Amino acid sequence: MYEGAIQDLIDELGRLPGVGPKSAQRIAFHILSADPADVTRLATALRKVKELVRFCAICHNVAESEQCRICRDPRRSDEVLCVVEEPKDVVAIERTGEFRGRYHVLGGAINPLEGVGPDNLRIRELMIRLGEGTVKELILATDPNTEGEATATYIALMVKPMGISVTRLASGLPVGGDLEYADEITLGRAFEGRRAV
Amino acid sequence: MQNGSVPGYSKPLYRDDAVVLRVQKLGESDRIITLLTRRHGRIRAVARGVRRTTSRFGGRLEPFGHVDLQLAEGTGLHTVRQVEGIELYAKRFLDDYPRYTTASAIAETAERLTPVESEPTLRLFLLTLGALRALAEGAHANTLILDAYLLRGMGLAGWAPALAECAVCGTAGRHGAFSVPAGGSVCPDCRPPGAAHPAPATIDLMSALATGNWRIADGTENATRRECSGLVAAHLQWHLERGLRSLPLVDRG
Repeated sequence: MYEGAIQDLIDELGRLPGVGPKSAQRIAFHILSADPADVTRLATALRKVKELVRFCAICHNVAESEQCRICRDPRRSDEVLCVVEEPKDVVAIERTGEFRGRYHVLGGAINPLEGVGPDNLRIRELMIRLGEGTVKELILATDPNTEGEATATYIALMVKPMGISVTRLASGLPVGGDLEYADEITLGRAFEGRRAV
Repeated sequence: MQNGSVPGYSKPLYRDDAVVLRVQKLGESDRIITLLTRRHGRIRAVARGVRRTTSRFGGRLEPFGHVDLQLAEGTGLHTVRQVEGIELYAKRFLDDYPRYTTASAIAETAERLTPVESEPTLRLFLLTLGALRALAEGAHANTLILDAYLLRGMGLAGWAPALAECAVCGTAGRHGAFSVPAGGSVCPDCRPPGAAHPAPATIDLMSALATGNWRIADGTENATRRECSGLVAAHLQWHLERGLRSLPLVDRG
């Protein structure tokens, strides 16, 4: 145990996800020996992120104003809506440059083991958006794991009676992988989703 | 099978088959996998890099799968070295939301019924595997499979509700009242205030589920099943220190 400010910093850093006591101690001593200007910049960035960043009123992506950059963009299609779990998924899809529609960020996935049900996500807000009648296609881009698939199944169940086309991102073999190492579920899906060449 | 130390590995390796109960994110691309193994009880193991799309075995370590593993022993967390799927039940649950929520409740119950890690519980392992298999095959209604699993799981833990005798005085016979704090059916003399009065068919259904009499269980009405589920859930939550998080989220259709 250290005394005073350094121990306070170690304790605070240790509360961050993925940072254990040893890592917290290492980061704290790095900050202690760093240039004061660098530390001030870090402190300012931390303060600003809490002061300025909020969730977009429409899609619930992170934003610095009432609406995020994507929701404000008039060139994007209102007819295609892509549902993702977290804001980081929006960034991943934007990097592809393939999608020109709008997003809806759920804020997680249904996970009964962690006590997360449909009411804990922004599914109600999604249904309100879809009820406006503009969206023609809903793309479910939740993670391809058990929780993500269950969330997609649940949303599809709710949305299909509304007459909106519901699609799911394709899943299959990763580029650069060996076929023999593919697990049964992935390989099975790759077969289901095969296409003519 | 204990292999002992293998050249190139600092920790002893062993092999076992297991049901994947829960997965939790760890760091950038790893996961902590909670497993109910056939010979080593409940263990937790680190699976490195399984969240990457190029992972060789990430898909096999999704919840509810029956898998064959090679693990490296650790003081707290073990490490997954290799995985082969024996039966990956998740693929049968993912397009069926009620089944997924039922499987989640089974997995959480299995975890809660094994409070001590690395303590072999072969009967619970076989019960869990059987419940997931029955759920995947759609052998019976989801709610019946879940309640049968909970009743038998409580039986293995020593908390089975008394159904054929009074929970207090032991008088044999089917009694009209049911008290969770008393431990099950209670006779008129022992009935505490606030005891429930379920329909006789509900107690019959609980007995059928506890003993595996599926002919009786499959023939019951929905109202009987609902009452049975309520009593089973109340009995389970009474004996666990805190309630199951997944149970209120089970979609009973």
